[in-house]
Amino acid sequence: MSTWHEYVQKTGKVPDWPYPVNYGKEHEVVTDVLIIGGGVAGLQAAINARKKGVKAAVAERGHAKRSGAGGAGVDHWHGAVTNPCSKVTPEMYTTACYDSMRGYTGGHVRYIITKEGWDTLQECEQMGIQIRDVNDEFKGADFRDDETRLMFAYDYKNRHIVRVWGYNIKPKLYEEARRVGVDIYNRMMVTSLLTEGGNQGGRVVGATGVDTHTGEFYVFRAKATVIATGGAGRLSLFAPEVTTSSSMSDMNSAGVGQAIGWNAGAEFVCMEASGHNRLSGFGYSPYSMGGTHNTYHGTAIVDADGKEVPWADVFGRELQSVQERFLPSEGQDFILGEGIGIGPYLRQYRSNDLSRDLVERISKGEFKLPLYADLSLLPESERRCIWGMMVGNEGKTRIPIYDTYTRAGFDPDKDLMQAPVMPPEGYAHSNFWGAGINTPPTARSLGGGGFLLDWNLKTNLEGLYAAAGSTIFGGGCHGESHTTGRYAGRHAADYAKTAPEPKTNRNQIEAEKARAYNATRQSKKGNGWKEINAAIARVMRDYCGRHKNELVLNLGLRLLNELKTTELASAYASNPHELGRLLECHALISLGEMVIKASLERKASNSILDFHRLDYPQMDPPEWNKLLPIRQEDNKARVRELPLDFHLKPPYAASYEENYQKYSGV
Amino acid sequence: MSDKAFMVPNPPTPNKAVEFNPEICIGCNLCVDVCPTDVMMPNPEKKKPPIVIYPEECWYCGGCVEECPRPGAIAMLHPTQQRISMNWKRKDTSELFRIGMKNPPPPNTRPPSG
Repeated sequence: MSTWHEYVQKTGKVPDWPYPVNYGKEHEVVTDVLIIGGGVAGLQAAINARKKGVKAAVAERGHAKRSGAGGAGVDHWHGAVTNPCSKVTPEMYTTACYDSMRGYTGGHVRYIITKEGWDTLQECEQMGIQIRDVNDEFKGADFRDDETRLMFAYDYKNRHIVRVWGYNIKPKLYEEARRVGVDIYNRMMVTSLLTEGGNQGGRVVGATGVDTHTGEFYVFRAKATVIATGGAGRLSLFAPEVTTSSSMSDMNSAGVGQAIGWNAGAEFVCMEASGHNRLSGFGYSPYSMGGTHNTYHGTAIVDADGKEVPWADVFGRELQSVQERFLPSEGQDFILGEGIGIGPYLRQYRSNDLSRDLVERISKGEFKLPLYADLSLLPESERRCIWGMMVGNEGKTRIPIYDTYTRAGFDPDKDLMQAPVMPPEGYAHSNFWGAGINTPPTARSLGGGGFLLDWNLKTNLEGLYAAAGSTIFGGGCHGESHTTGRYAGRHAADYAKTAPEPKTNRNQIEAEKARAYNATRQSKKGNGWKEINAAIARVMRDYCGRHKNELVLNLGLRLLNELKTTELASAYASNPHELGRLLECHALISLGEMVIKASLERKASNSILDFHRLDYPQMDPPEWNKLLPIRQEDNKARVRELPLDFHLKPPYAASYEENYQKYSGV
Repeated sequence: MSDKAFMVPNPPTPNKAVEFNPEICIGCNLCVDVCPTDVMMPNPEKKKPPIVIYPEECWYCGGCVEECPRPGAIAMLHPTQQRISMNWKRKDTSELFRIGMKNPPPPNTRPPSG
């Protein structure tokens, strides 16, 4: 017996909820540093707060042992530029990211990531993560340094991206968190931040949450709080029956951290940025099909007749050898690598790729579909590294891909892995499994905006810090989440040591409690969370899609409010699980409102932010080349202007290194 | 075959996500505990395999399989629309294979690196 359907029809009974339910039963947790979100960033924050000698508690939506976008593994670590083999400096890396994004990424965050990424990775090694080829499996390979046994990805000359055996990175972090005495509260749907006096914009003194097994209510009282939640995959797209197996963000990605921050008065930037999401889930299970992107970088692609698709450098010159796919070309500084939260890449940092005229050549019949990945055309070390090492360790690959394919008899030495069959334009991006061409054109994803943080990774609110790749402005991906979590946890702990006792406000708690349990008091005929989530996503796609104008954006705001006060207000939760999902719908609406309000404030189109105003069609007018931090005060949006390089302007010093020395605390 | 019919909603899509082998599973519920999205709930009957209750919320991370102390007790199953797409071709013979095929070739026993 496995499925609910099977159980019900065999027993003739609907099973009772398996956990004791006590809606509203209140618990108080008092700690020094509260971390919201127990993914890799959150656990790093908690571990590093504990190292500073303060108490730390984590409120996690799932179970912290394996949860979060980084919980399913990692195979390469970006930004480890201070490793002993690297020829890239933190300045070079930060400048490459900042210039590629023409300033629309937090340079200070990028600098912190590159100053401490390698240190963070070495700490992971001490926790039991393999980061070196200790068994000499790849001795003598181009990508290996035989002295340190480190292995590198993308750029074998500059050696700043480290290949890692990270399939078990989350369980190891979890063990470490437990070992150092972090208190972990799993299944916790955090519903709000608590502020001093209950005032928006006041010092953050904790949070409220609902346990989605028992329905019990938690009041966390903390001197400092770190938000380390993930993205918001469900905001403009909701089709889990199709997309959850093929997405890189799980169902818990509901923008909860951003929403509670917004409602407490935290400041955000670039929330108006969005992109057409090739990882939306309308493709195939991650890494389940042939391609050359990311983990599969360097793979040979052949057509149906076995004819190999050439690789080319960024200048369009055809590459003659496999080795060249992993080396910068003449005229390039170094290769930045993929999957670091950068949209456009300047040519001097971009990766080698399949020949850029592939689409045209497929259309003309030169290459016959279907295409296949032919790992047998690679040298043995490269083949074993891509399939046996990277695919065995990347997120969602150890069991779902390596184990599934291997048990089914796939042999990378002998077999061709098919690529998706798509219209020719689908092959324009080398991430074939993502199959971006299948994503509806109206579906957008958040495009790099997030909490605006200072050099301490603190928000504008006293007591509130933030970390994690997709949550903060200037974040990135897996390694960046660890490193920002580590830094934010340290700084939150320093603050907690001198901070006055946090005082929560009873009225705020009571109001939140009434709101949180509303769905348990409604008629059983009320809507379910899936229907409401789908409606939220529809509003976001239609009214805040690629092309925007003031009227349509305002109509979108109106409809979100309609949903909130009508269908969502009367929605019914059958059990604590459904209650949690409905509370996420509240978060999605708050986040959607923030995105629309931020979009209303940028009265100019912007190519880097992929932001298109039909009523302000001129692209990139210079006077709008700036950040527009937005926050709420008395529930009204307040906007100010900030130069793109604010992190190197007073009150900060003029260089990255001077600021790092002053603020890092090391 | 039984003529007994129930008034139940359509099976969800996908309906499984994971499948248990009741001969091997001891109902320890470790998989239930670690699942990030509560796809499974404990079986009301002790020591029996968990019940898959929210399969459409599964992320297919495979964490439940990694957590399982009894090899073979739990298997992660990609949705059919994914399995049908996961194809490969033997280079020498041009034989076609797929995940979920009826008579699969023998397993490749090479473990991952590390």
